[in-house]
Amino acid sequence: MNKLVILIPLMPLAGFLINGLFRKSLPKVVSGIIGSGAILISFILSIIVFTEINKGNNQVVSLFEFIKVGKFSIPFSFLVDPLSSIFLLIITGVGFLIHLYSTAYMHEENNAHFARYFAFLNLFVFSMLVLVMGGNFVIMFIGWEGVGLCSYLLIGYWFKNIEYGNAAKKAFIMNRIGDLGFLIGIFWLIAKLGTVTYHTPENTGVFDLFSKLSKADITAITLLLFIGATGKSAQIPLYTWLPDAMAGPTPVSALIHAATMVTAGIYMIARSNILYTLAPFTQTIIAIVGLATALLAATIAIKQNDIKKVLAYSTVSQLGYMFIALGVGSYTGAVFHVMTHAFFKALLFLGAGSVIHAMHHEQDIRNMGGLKKKLPVTHITFLAGCIAIAGIPPFSGFFSKDEILAAAWAVNPVYWILGVIGAMMTAYYMFRLYATTFLGKFRGTSEQQQHLHESPVAMTIPLVVLAILSVIGGLIGIPAIFMEGGHKLEHFLAPVFAESTKLQHAHQIEHSTEYMLMAVSSGLALVAIIFAITRFSKKPELNEPGGAGKVLANKWYVDEIYDAVIVKPLNGLGKFLNNVMERSVIDGAVNGVGKFLQYGSRQIRLVQSGQVGSYVLLMVLGILVFFVLQFFIKK
Amino acid sequence: MKIEYYIFLSIALFCIGIAGVLTRRNSIIVFMCIELMLNSVNLLLVAFSKMHNLAQAAVNPHAGIDGQLFVFFIMVVAAAEVSVGLAIIVMMFRNTHSVDINFLNRLKH
Repeated sequence: MNKLVILIPLMPLAGFLINGLFRKSLPKVVSGIIGSGAILISFILSIIVFTEINKGNNQVVSLFEFIKVGKFSIPFSFLVDPLSSIFLLIITGVGFLIHLYSTAYMHEENNAHFARYFAFLNLFVFSMLVLVMGGNFVIMFIGWEGVGLCSYLLIGYWFKNIEYGNAAKKAFIMNRIGDLGFLIGIFWLIAKLGTVTYHTPENTGVFDLFSKLSKADITAITLLLFIGATGKSAQIPLYTWLPDAMAGPTPVSALIHAATMVTAGIYMIARSNILYTLAPFTQTIIAIVGLATALLAATIAIKQNDIKKVLAYSTVSQLGYMFIALGVGSYTGAVFHVMTHAFFKALLFLGAGSVIHAMHHEQDIRNMGGLKKKLPVTHITFLAGCIAIAGIPPFSGFFSKDEILAAAWAVNPVYWILGVIGAMMTAYYMFRLYATTFLGKFRGTSEQQQHLHESPVAMTIPLVVLAILSVIGGLIGIPAIFMEGGHKLEHFLAPVFAESTKLQHAHQIEHSTEYMLMAVSSGLALVAIIFAITRFSKKPELNEPGGAGKVLANKWYVDEIYDAVIVKPLNGLGKFLNNVMERSVIDGAVNGVGKFLQYGSRQIRLVQSGQVGSYVLLMVLGILVFFVLQFFIKK
Repeated sequence: MKIEYYIFLSIALFCIGIAGVLTRRNSIIVFMCIELMLNSVNLLLVAFSKMHNLAQAAVNPHAGIDGQLFVFFIMVVAAAEVSVGLAIIVMMFRNTHSVDINFLNRLKH
């Protein structure tokens, strides 16, 4: 079993090496098979490991001593327990479907670039697997950095375009800013506890020794780790990289920026759930930041016209919901939403990719319309994804979102109200997107209309699979009020969150209240859907937005604000330091020493005049000094 | 005579000698000044030798003879040095037709 666990990340790593090193000589079919096959093998192994975990045997595999300083040691170890095995299934399962999709989507690239794409994708899956399987915070951080790197490599995949390169740099730099908080949090943990391992059999792990930390310590550490999560999972204030990251190929957006990398922050907080339960102040901050992000991103999405940008802001908004769940203590709800979101968001992105492919790289929805006749499979699957994300029962999104909202109501009804407003906006903008793209009359050029065709099988099969999962995937989380002994996911994850559940006062809300909450949120979402469809199928929004719409379309000018408040002063500081400090002061000092030495030696050289007379004079002066010192200065 | 007079004279001669060595340009004059310095020291030695002799005349009629003996040594050394020095000056003159010490600053390089 240990060998199987080690093989899971090893397969994508091997795929990366083969595709990367031999990319000039591999035909496209072979590199596609190697790339997708590696992930398929990992998926099968993950299923085997999952059955093992289901029986209750957590796997701990220790490979070698990574860092050892005195008594402090960090082993390179993997921990597979219910939480990580769920993530393993999501990463490898959805990852495989996206690899399969990419073999058809990227077929226009030449051999070497095609292989490079698959190599980077495999490296990304490897890093993400290391992240979720890591047995301590440092191994998680290795994976954390690895996914950030691969995100940069893949966003900037079409490197000849400077704009795409800038987007890639923006993503990486904003990630890095968050990582600083993460690192300081890890250092604080090491300083206070002397270990970073999650659990050890001798009960010396971080989650065993947490009682040694003072309240201030725990609050500080959890806040710092949360700052890392805001960078990786695109929350306020470090979210602006995600919409720009749409510069990468669409399957990349599906995998990295919908299903996996952005969920790393949620995984990290879910893993450290006991620390967060002990820091209610941090939890409040998380909930508020999540709510604000969810609402802000939803307002921006309402006015976006690029199909991928709408989905990007939708991702930011849904991530906000996951953080709300974490903030109110519903760790299972957050993981559940991660799972359902992976299904329907990957589906939506892949569907968008199918549309872009059919429209020959057109991404503006104002030039689309009426695509449902020519792209039937894409249309149905996209519709399924939209219904799922809007939270209409019995699709998967309903169950996960409702769990979050119910937990939010139990903590503070205002959270629920704002969450429902966000859900309404979600339904509204998603169906605006759907109606503008698939309903109504075609608004593109006649040449595009000639070439409209359904995508090849390799692209439609993943769409169908993900659509099925989006529809039925919520059934593992049916809340207890519907089915006795329901919510299998909660039972499965119970051991991971056991300590937290003990400490939290279980906010049990009455069954009647829960039915009412469900009915209200679903009903409002349905109203938003009907409103959006009727409005946008007849008269799509073609004019430039004015007034308030303009602010939303320009993303509340956040990027411009960041530019003016942070980027320009830093650039100015850099220029000042370069021109004044570097040139005048430091160079002046170093060159000055040289110049001074040259001047001094020029002066001293004059003593050597070759004149015998001056030599004799110096001799006399020396003797004089000697006499004075000897006879007149009493010691 | 009081010993101080001899000391003052000797110091005066010595300083004149130094001043000459430092300032004069003609090398023969420089040599003369060097001789002057040596002779001022000779004078001082002889004066002190007589002082010690007079002080210890009752006990030892040959006291202070060391000073006068040393004067002979100094004179011998001065003579040898002068012969060598004048030989150098003659060579200098043969090469450069000048006895100006400022002219010879080859040590500069």
